[in-house]
Amino acid sequence: MSTHALAAPADPRFHPLRDSATMLRRNLKRMLRYPSMTVMLIGMPVVFLLLFVYVFGGTLGDGIGGHLGAAAGRAEYANYVAPAIILMTITATVQGTAISIAMDMTEGIIARFRTMHIARVSVLTGHVLGSVIQAMVSLAVVTGVAVLVGFRPAAGLGGWLAAAGFLVAVTFALVWLSVALGQVSKSVETASNLPMPLMLLPFFGSGFVPTDSMPAGLRWFAEYQPFTPIIETLRDLLLDRPLGDNLWFALGWCALIALGGYLWSRHLFNRERAN
Amino acid sequence: MSDNHSQPAIAVSGLRKSFGDHVVLDGLDLTVRPGTVFSLLGANGAGKTTTVNILSTLIGADAGDVQVAGHDLTREPDAVRSAIGVTGQFSAVDNLLTGAENLRLMADLHHLSRRDGRRRIAELIDQFDLADAAGKPASTCSGGMRRRLDLAMTLVGNPRLIFLDEPTTGLDPRSRRTMWQIIRDLVSGGVTIFLTTQYLDEADELADRIAVLDHGRVVAEGTPEELKRRIPGGHVRLRFADAHGLDTARTVLGQAAEDTDALTLRVPSDGSLHALKALIDRLAEHAVEVDELSVHTPDLDDVFLALTGNPSNEKVTSR
Repeated sequence: MSTHALAAPADPRFHPLRDSATMLRRNLKRMLRYPSMTVMLIGMPVVFLLLFVYVFGGTLGDGIGGHLGAAAGRAEYANYVAPAIILMTITATVQGTAISIAMDMTEGIIARFRTMHIARVSVLTGHVLGSVIQAMVSLAVVTGVAVLVGFRPAAGLGGWLAAAGFLVAVTFALVWLSVALGQVSKSVETASNLPMPLMLLPFFGSGFVPTDSMPAGLRWFAEYQPFTPIIETLRDLLLDRPLGDNLWFALGWCALIALGGYLWSRHLFNRERAN
Repeated sequence: MSDNHSQPAIAVSGLRKSFGDHVVLDGLDLTVRPGTVFSLLGANGAGKTTTVNILSTLIGADAGDVQVAGHDLTREPDAVRSAIGVTGQFSAVDNLLTGAENLRLMADLHHLSRRDGRRRIAELIDQFDLADAAGKPASTCSGGMRRRLDLAMTLVGNPRLIFLDEPTTGLDPRSRRTMWQIIRDLVSGGVTIFLTTQYLDEADELADRIAVLDHGRVVAEGTPEELKRRIPGGHVRLRFADAHGLDTARTVLGQAAEDTDALTLRVPSDGSLHALKALIDRLAEHAVEVDELSVHTPDLDDVFLALTGNPSNEKVTSR
């Protein structure tokens, strides 16, 4: 019977933007259904913020600012540490990305997507866009809390917009890296551990104390690792200080991490899974 | 038959696949005619799922020529993907989304317009009795309902060729019957179905042709009737209270296979009333005490033993 003839595809083209938007909607819905993840991702930087401002802040600020006394030191330190905590919000979010990617890969629906005529990369871009949006929400909350505990940014509207754009770029880069880390993990547990170094890197940079207080070897590492120019750029933008070369180093690192993360992720997604 | 004139829905020749040293498919040849149900029947580990994974573009083959829906599998995987629908062995629904959201996701990925999508989703919810699943997260649905949702998602894009990998494994008998009816309805709508199963009755019930897969090879292929004709026949199983009864019965009945540990005897029989009466009369004549008597019609165990000579440790389940 000729009615059995298998119809040619109605539309052989791909629609990466439309499919990415669909996948983004899927991921946003998933985040809403599973809010404890977002709460945890916001909670952690807030806890660190309170810890560093109220527990360590008096002494650290005293050391950084030059013997101001505990109260003035704390105020000084809140300004110093807030950009690092803001960055930490991003690294916490991308840890969440790795976890949800790893969870997703264990589910049958990904196999379904692979057998469908869709733009494959949209499965990943949906996660990336979802995480960037999630990070922006977290960043707004964490920045708000930082202001409440004494962070006094000096930036005008332009500075804030530039800072927001810069944070989107940093998030975008780290999320792509994390998408790869989530895929390379064999289990959800591994996926939650693999991005851990990203959480720690701000400590081994200028995030919490200036690098010139560190021993020589560590200082060398701290000054050349990607998070230091990123944090310094963020500080300059928020505290309305002139931007130095740090901006270009930071953007360079972001571009490099984003590209590497994207290519690695794509390669991992297209590899064959035995089962 | 008119179907002979049309292009096969699936044509496979010399398909091979190994995972490391483990040969899973060892030169598979299959032809599936459009508009029919083709069942790949085999035990766990026979290579059924690997076959489906290759034919549905999930994994690549090591060797062999495969045409699916008229397209070469390796050269035009995207054309294949747009013609097929796959419902795998493991649930392919998004557990955090509701039934309706899962269907919506599929409608969006098939680029249906908002209106067409809504209409198609309403149709499928109705057809698959998914009203209860529509509003709650898929993770909270029963197994049978999830399986129906899974299949409904596959059907959103109206595929003309559907792969069903063990669609009823783990379902309760009622859900199984429902699934069978759904499959029959699909076929009557002209869809081609490639079904894998480990249950003979399922293949018997649904398939136009069955291929028996064993260790990555097709060991028999034909209509259900043709396959059954190749089976030596049914048997009557007698269980005795003691070894004495077993010995006597064996002497009396002659041609029979015994299992001394279980105190049972397998007597070849067509299971007809006449044959049973004759058997019981002979046992009564010699005053043999029988604990239990059961009649076994030919089942896939018999097919497997007959076709593969394999011991029963990895046999197919027949219910």
